[in-house]
Amino acid sequence: MKAFFDMGGYAAFVWPAYAVTLAVIGLNIVSARRALARAREQARRRLQIQGEAR
Amino acid sequence: MAWTWFHRLASPPHVYALAARLTPWFAWPAALCIAAGLWGGLVLAPPDYQQGDGFRILYVHAPSAWMSLMVYMTMAIAAAIGLIWRMKVAHAVAASCAPIGASFTFAALVTGALWGEPMWGTYWEWDPRLTSELVLLFLYLGYMGLRAGIEDPQRADRASAVLAIVGVVNVPIIHYSVTWWNSLHQAPSVMRLAKPAMPFVMVAPLLLMLLGFTLLFVALLLTRLRSEVLARERSASWIREVVSA
Amino acid sequence: MSGLESPAARTLAPVATPLVRGASRARTARSADAIEAARLALLRDLQLAFRKRSQLIQPLAFFAMVTLLFPLAVSPELSRLRELAPGVLWVGALLASLLALEFLFRDDACDGTLEQYALSGQPLTALMFAKTLAHWLLTGLPLALMAPLVALSLGVGPAALPGIVAAIAVGSVTLSLIGSIGASLTLGIKRSGALLSLLTLPLSLPVLIFGARATQLAIHGAPYGAPLELLGALAMLGITLAPLAAAAAVRISLE
Repeated sequence: MKAFFDMGGYAAFVWPAYAVTLAVIGLNIVSARRALARAREQARRRLQIQGEAR
Repeated sequence: MAWTWFHRLASPPHVYALAARLTPWFAWPAALCIAAGLWGGLVLAPPDYQQGDGFRILYVHAPSAWMSLMVYMTMAIAAAIGLIWRMKVAHAVAASCAPIGASFTFAALVTGALWGEPMWGTYWEWDPRLTSELVLLFLYLGYMGLRAGIEDPQRADRASAVLAIVGVVNVPIIHYSVTWWNSLHQAPSVMRLAKPAMPFVMVAPLLLMLLGFTLLFVALLLTRLRSEVLARERSASWIREVVSA
Repeated sequence: MSGLESPAARTLAPVATPLVRGASRARTARSADAIEAARLALLRDLQLAFRKRSQLIQPLAFFAMVTLLFPLAVSPELSRLRELAPGVLWVGALLASLLALEFLFRDDACDGTLEQYALSGQPLTALMFAKTLAHWLLTGLPLALMAPLVALSLGVGPAALPGIVAAIAVGSVTLSLIGSIGASLTLGIKRSGALLSLLTLPLSLPVLIFGARATQLAIHGAPYGAPLELLGALAMLGITLAPLAAAAAVRISLE
């Protein structure tokens, strides 16, 4: 188990590399979903304003 | 028949609904492939005889680099379609690609640097691939900057489309010139993984990661596409149903 | 539209009439009109630039200033400067070229001249080519001619000078072409200087690489034909494609 985390001595490079990549993936997912929620909210508000304007 | 399908793709409500339906079909397989790839790459694959366990960075670096290029090509093609056929949906696709591509280019650069330090003794090398990758990041940032700088959404779509297409013409030129420049300045210490063909147990995780990242890209694209489509449809009635759902 | 009273119209008047007249001629004369219109547009830009001579000198002064920074910041030793000379010359030329894009495209966008061009019925591509040619004649070429002075100050031997002039003259053509695309895309965006640089510089890298290489070979007395030919090829490619892209960008920006 320790050998696994040690990565043959390259731990200081391998793990940050994986961390950064997984972080990028995670941020992409979160950001995409948030953008969709925001877009839906804005669309809803726009419709509301238009509905009131009539 | 083919035209109906094409016309449907141009219709925002149809695209929105299709994207919503398709996303899980890409998202879950992506998660599966990436998980399997991680397991294979970190655990099952044996250490490389030259680079030891350090080579495992390949399993995140190569897919990231692949993403950065593939996403750019997708963006450029979508931009061209949007410009030529005046399809809002195509422009929406291009806009959706940019942040995804830029972030994976960043990941490719960072993982490349982390791979470079133990292997070549330096975090940064002005070798053709890293340098071209850096330029690609700037192309993405320029694209996103131009979009952000133009207020009118239609003008932003079309101007950034022109930029994306000009960039595509340039990417091979830039890559060629950097390769040429690099061949003049570097000793031939090009990185090559263990010369004998990689055993299947080492290649398989790489393929899984490449596939997984690609599927992830489609899932992310479909999600962002829905936001972009919504933003471009100001007062269409179909939004009413979608939003109240 | 106000048209006749604006300064743009007064400047444009000598150009506009042939442009308008040209639009109604027969199809067979179309390309001759385009060339005539382009020639007039070129002359107009050159005339306007010479009226503001102080603005003309700015890129050259900038070029000189930038190159002055290096001996002061790095080392006054000529042998070291000679090593840096290709890079210094080319980065300086690149930045100076960027600077000049401002007044060459921005002013015309502001006073409606570009709109007149787009509406004139003449191929906008030809007119954009003329504008870009004007930019090169006013920036790239003078920079190339000034480069020997700068090179000498960096310890470069006189034998290298013709090669340096050739490389910068040819390379700056492509820089002007790429710059015209960037400028056309960012028309009307406020404070777009940084964005313009962000768009233009990555695309200019091949020119920088081959140009610096040609300059370096010239300095070492080696044959510099190969990179110079590549610079020429890039310029040819640019001449074919860039005015088209710039025209498309202008139309998009004016919508």
